[in-house]
Amino acid sequence: MAERTGKRKPMIGLQPEGDIDWSSYRGVMVFVEQRNGQAKPVSWQLIGEATRLAAKLNVKVMALVIGWQVSELAEESIYHGADEVYVCDSKELEHYRTRPYSRVCLHVIRKYKPEIVLMGATNTGRDLAGAIATHLPTGLTADSTQLDVDEERLLLASRPAFSEKMLATILCKQFKPQMATARAGVFEQLPRDTTRTGEVIQVPPQMDPGEIATEMIEFLETKGSVNLAEAEVIVAGGRGLGGPAAFEMLKELADELGGVVGASRAVVDLGWIGHDHQVGQTGVTVRPKLYFAIGISGAVQHVVGMQNSSYIVAINKDANAPIFKIANYAIVGDLFQIIPAIIQAVRTRKLERLQLLKY
Amino acid sequence: MLHIVVCIKQVPDSREIRIDPKTNTLIRQGVPAIVNYYDLHGLEEALRIKDEFGARVTVITMGPPSAEKALCQCVSMGADEGVLVSDRAFAGADTLATSYVLALTIQKAEDTWGPVDMIFCGKQTLDGDTGQVGPGIACRLDMDQLTYVELFESLDIEKQEVVVRRHLEDGVERVRARLPVLITALDILNRPRRASLPGVLRAARYKPIVWTTNDFSNLDRSKIGLKGSPTIVSKTWVPEPKQVNTEYVDSANVVAAATDLLNRLYATELPQKLGWS
Ligand SMILES: Cc1cc2nc3c(=O)[nH]c(=O)nc-3n(C[C@H](O)[C@H](O)[C@H](O)COP(=O)(O)OP(=O)(O)OC[C@H]3O[C@@H](n4cnc5c(N)ncnc54)[C@H](O)[C@@H]3O)c2cc1C
Ligand SMILES: Cc1cc2nc3c(=O)[nH]c(=O)nc-3n(C[C@H](O)[C@H](O)[C@H](O)COP(=O)(O)OP(=O)(O)OC[C@H]3O[C@@H](n4cnc5c(N)ncnc54)[C@H](O)[C@@H]3O)c2cc1C
Repeated sequence: MAERTGKRKPMIGLQPEGDIDWSSYRGVMVFVEQRNGQAKPVSWQLIGEATRLAAKLNVKVMALVIGWQVSELAEESIYHGADEVYVCDSKELEHYRTRPYSRVCLHVIRKYKPEIVLMGATNTGRDLAGAIATHLPTGLTADSTQLDVDEERLLLASRPAFSEKMLATILCKQFKPQMATARAGVFEQLPRDTTRTGEVIQVPPQMDPGEIATEMIEFLETKGSVNLAEAEVIVAGGRGLGGPAAFEMLKELADELGGVVGASRAVVDLGWIGHDHQVGQTGVTVRPKLYFAIGISGAVQHVVGMQNSSYIVAINKDANAPIFKIANYAIVGDLFQIIPAIIQAVRTRKLERLQLLKY
Repeated sequence: MLHIVVCIKQVPDSREIRIDPKTNTLIRQGVPAIVNYYDLHGLEEALRIKDEFGARVTVITMGPPSAEKALCQCVSMGADEGVLVSDRAFAGADTLATSYVLALTIQKAEDTWGPVDMIFCGKQTLDGDTGQVGPGIACRLDMDQLTYVELFESLDIEKQEVVVRRHLEDGVERVRARLPVLITALDILNRPRRASLPGVLRAARYKPIVWTTNDFSNLDRSKIGLKGSPTIVSKTWVPEPKQVNTEYVDSANVVAAATDLLNRLYATELPQKLGWS
């Protein structure tokens, strides 16, 4: 067996390092998640929310950008509302890896002392936040959907609990910064303003490339992969579709509306469509502006994942299907007749608009 | 021999949780406890490695005495040993205090049965639902973490390397890491096996090992339980059920119904928000 390189240095019970005069912690920091220099929408949404919190606290909005060739993102962070941007730009940070990224975050947090740190509740955001909060240590609220601050400058992070049946407000008095991950699609980003200016601070990487034991071999943008969490329109189908073929029809409607296809777990389990499309408790929690539930009965595990959509259209042949209870618009009937008619109606309307524009 | 630790949590079956409409509190009574859904997928992967390479699989849980049952279920599936870390003083832990106790437990498991090569956790639990405990343990033990794993591609014992596929919102990442490593499992990773007959027989007689605060010589009492938990739940409430006035679209004539639906959608702020012309 190969010798293990690099001895582990377990640090089981971690203590705050350095300055623990918490009153010197000021500012609201947002981690800007990116891939290939493209920021995730949740990053701008959180900067938008951070400006609201920072105004109440009378402090600055700080953005933290980590990656390779990401200087443009520093500018973009300012256009989206940041006052100060900390940038760590280095080849070995091209792809996200927990250790080198968390070392940079820890360095920046300890040196520049934000009182609040926010990250997207994405897989990467949760991976990183979990590591950092343990290291600092500090309290970390998961998956927040409401954020606020009180007179004592405490962050009040509220999150759904028990399959979204309840909301819980969580705070952390003992340590700074106060940390939270927050869901995509909940908070509003500010309009991009290219006249805004701010300060960009360069930060050196905190790990030798040779020390990093994990290696990303490749990134596969899986064919047909869908980003449900960020979609504005979702056309979801369930067992009522009768087979995989009918998903073609849903795809057509989704394409017409600029949306993506979602699914219930039942059809994912049947293998009619990939797991990436599954909405619900063991799939993705979504908050699109418009959600179509087609041939989906409305089991609680499905409903918890989509009930916060702005508008829900349900189409089901069973007038008593529970999905109708949460739908804004209900059509009782056979989806095989209704969906083609809706696709046709959308196309007709688009044509009419085009003709109107011509005159 | 490889030593694999699997972290499992006993959780209330969230499908059965109801809210008392009078008091707006959770009705926990009579809610069945189950092994957290994702943790069984972590266990299954550990058992597959055991089948292929030979390994000792130690399952650990921090929880009340009744969590013994969850450990027995894991033993019936093929785990070698189950450790229950249980003490009143551990109660009320948030993720920081939980990962502290679990990291100490794993360290003690290493002292007892040898160094750990891999740790499996679930992606998240069905109750706390944070996904923070796995990264917390990895950090405390100074291990690399591979979260949201959807495929365990390979293990090379000679090279002390694993290759896995991590599932991200926008795609899949193939990552190579060196042992020891902590992995958090998605449900698409595998299909958990049923208990075997010998497994069931062993589990019927099996008594999990129980460790309390007294069993840890290096335990810092200020870091456990409610006291060791920086997060405070300041209030819980039941959100106002979204008042939906369901509008029924007459479907006698599907073409008219489709037009009717579109007219209603166009009358909302959707066209403006979605940029429909
Ligand atoms: C631990 C656990 C986790 C789960 N997680 C999830 C999850 O994340 N997401 C999820 O979705 N489910 C989840 N489930 C499963 C969930 O309980 C339901 O089984 C599932 O959502 C049902 O899917 P469905 O609505 O497609 O199927 P069904 O319940 O079978 O509904 C099919 C519907 O189609 C209608 N229909 C049939 N034919 C037509 C037609 N021609 N025209 C119009 N309507 C028609 C029927 O009236 C019916 O209402 C979970 C379950 C468990 C136990
Ligand atoms: C409604 C609610 C909301 C909460 N919100 C927060 C919050 O925002 N921040 C916070 O810090 N705490 C929070 N907690 C507390 C948190 O649930 C507990 O700390 C819990 O002990 C572990 O966290 P988790 O259930 O989120 O586990 P996760 O981090 O989701 O679990 C991931 C994996 O870690 C392992 N694991 C977790 N717990 C155990 C255990 N006891 N024994 C063995 N293995 C385990 C399992 O493999 C599991 O699949 C909340 C609790 C509740 C009930």
